[in-house]
Amino acid sequence: MSLPGLDQPFVKGSVQTRMGPVPRISSTLVRADRWGSIKARWGVGRMRYTIEPGLYALENPDEKSPVLVTANYKMSFDRLREALPGRNAWILVLDTNGINVWCAAGKGTFGTEELVRHIESSGLEHTVAHRKLILPQLSGPGVAAFKVKKLSGFDVIYGPIEAKDLPSFLDAGLKATPEMRRKTFTIKERTVLVPVELVGTLKWALIILPVFFFLGGLGGPAGFWSGALNHGLLAMVALLSAVAAGAVLTPIFLPWLPGRAFSLKGLAMGLITAIILTAFRAGNFSDLAGRIEILAWFLIIPAIAAYLAMNFTGASTYTSLSGVKKEMKWAVPLEIAAGTAGLLLWLGSRFVT
Amino acid sequence: MEKLIYLRDVVTLALDRKKCIGCGLCLVVCPHEVLIMNNGHVSIENRDLCMECGACALNCPTEAVTVRAGVGCAAAVINSALGRNASSCCCVIEPDAGACNGVREAKISGRTGCC
Repeated sequence: MSLPGLDQPFVKGSVQTRMGPVPRISSTLVRADRWGSIKARWGVGRMRYTIEPGLYALENPDEKSPVLVTANYKMSFDRLREALPGRNAWILVLDTNGINVWCAAGKGTFGTEELVRHIESSGLEHTVAHRKLILPQLSGPGVAAFKVKKLSGFDVIYGPIEAKDLPSFLDAGLKATPEMRRKTFTIKERTVLVPVELVGTLKWALIILPVFFFLGGLGGPAGFWSGALNHGLLAMVALLSAVAAGAVLTPIFLPWLPGRAFSLKGLAMGLITAIILTAFRAGNFSDLAGRIEILAWFLIIPAIAAYLAMNFTGASTYTSLSGVKKEMKWAVPLEIAAGTAGLLLWLGSRFVT
Repeated sequence: MEKLIYLRDVVTLALDRKKCIGCGLCLVVCPHEVLIMNNGHVSIENRDLCMECGACALNCPTEAVTVRAGVGCAAAVINSALGRNASSCCCVIEPDAGACNGVREAKISGRTGCC
């Protein structure tokens, strides 16, 4: 038997139960909680954004209060409690290593066995008089409801996908509307995923951009600084706009871009970006080197954008593994071929012509 | 509302109507309304909306619904192809959105597994 620590910063006192003092929490988030969410979205300290697993008391629950189950990712926990102002409930937190419910369910860490283990270790049967657990619907890939019943005697009731729908779900007698059961991927949901995609990519850009700047200075008839500031700088702008096309604009404009494969959507966004960039460099078509340089960017930008867009499948809420594998079979070779050809052309435009 | 549908005719979702007892649990856990109840039995209504999360199959007490479950994440596919220990995808940021960014970061920092 074990209960989570009372010394965690978001814990406010405790509720005495037969199993001992259960940490009490509030539905009101404070500035530290909100700041934690912002940092996690930018990838700062995300892997350590956890709370102790086990049973918590939201305000003042009694033996008839509902039991809600979530992951020990702090942001999951915060979304759940802030959705329930003025309510009393038990919150059972599973140990998912700080990973959100859906992903943890997919990996099996938010799973049948982990749930049964925590029902037992928290002594839940002594704390509540009923035998019902409300789980987020998206824990379905990890939890077999009928097995939990067999192993623990508790009924698993799948609640809504979004924590914010919990009050209406509870008030309707544990009934979810079809809308509550449908996973969306709205522009807002896509946009909040952009920062972490961007941070991961920009780490690479920090290494690659100076190399292009330097190479831009070498070769060509003009001196180093003239070349670097002209062609090197263009290369940096082109690469950054490729990243923006694939990791920012494609996620945001996803439903309106042509095709179903993410690579195709990224490719389209990359081509648009390359056209815009070319428009700004219209004066460059006069000589062969300029024309080859532009052609190089028409290959590199779409290749990078398509690759980054393809990687956004993992963050999306509707792509299947079979589909991703099918898409990658043609997309990856094409991305590599276009990227390599573009790079060779660009180097050619600097050193050969 | 904008409609997002992934590739046509790729998913491994299958249904054995003879085994189905019509309990409807698969309908409850499916996040994309792939299945519908039809005269006491389930049938596949929107195959292309299936993302192979596996919730229906896991929650089917009679194994009537089957699917090769996995996470549709290109970074995880690349990692597993390169022999990195990140074949099952990961993590993330949003409490109940998104499935797996963070893989790349794990790669850079040299951590095994994702996240």
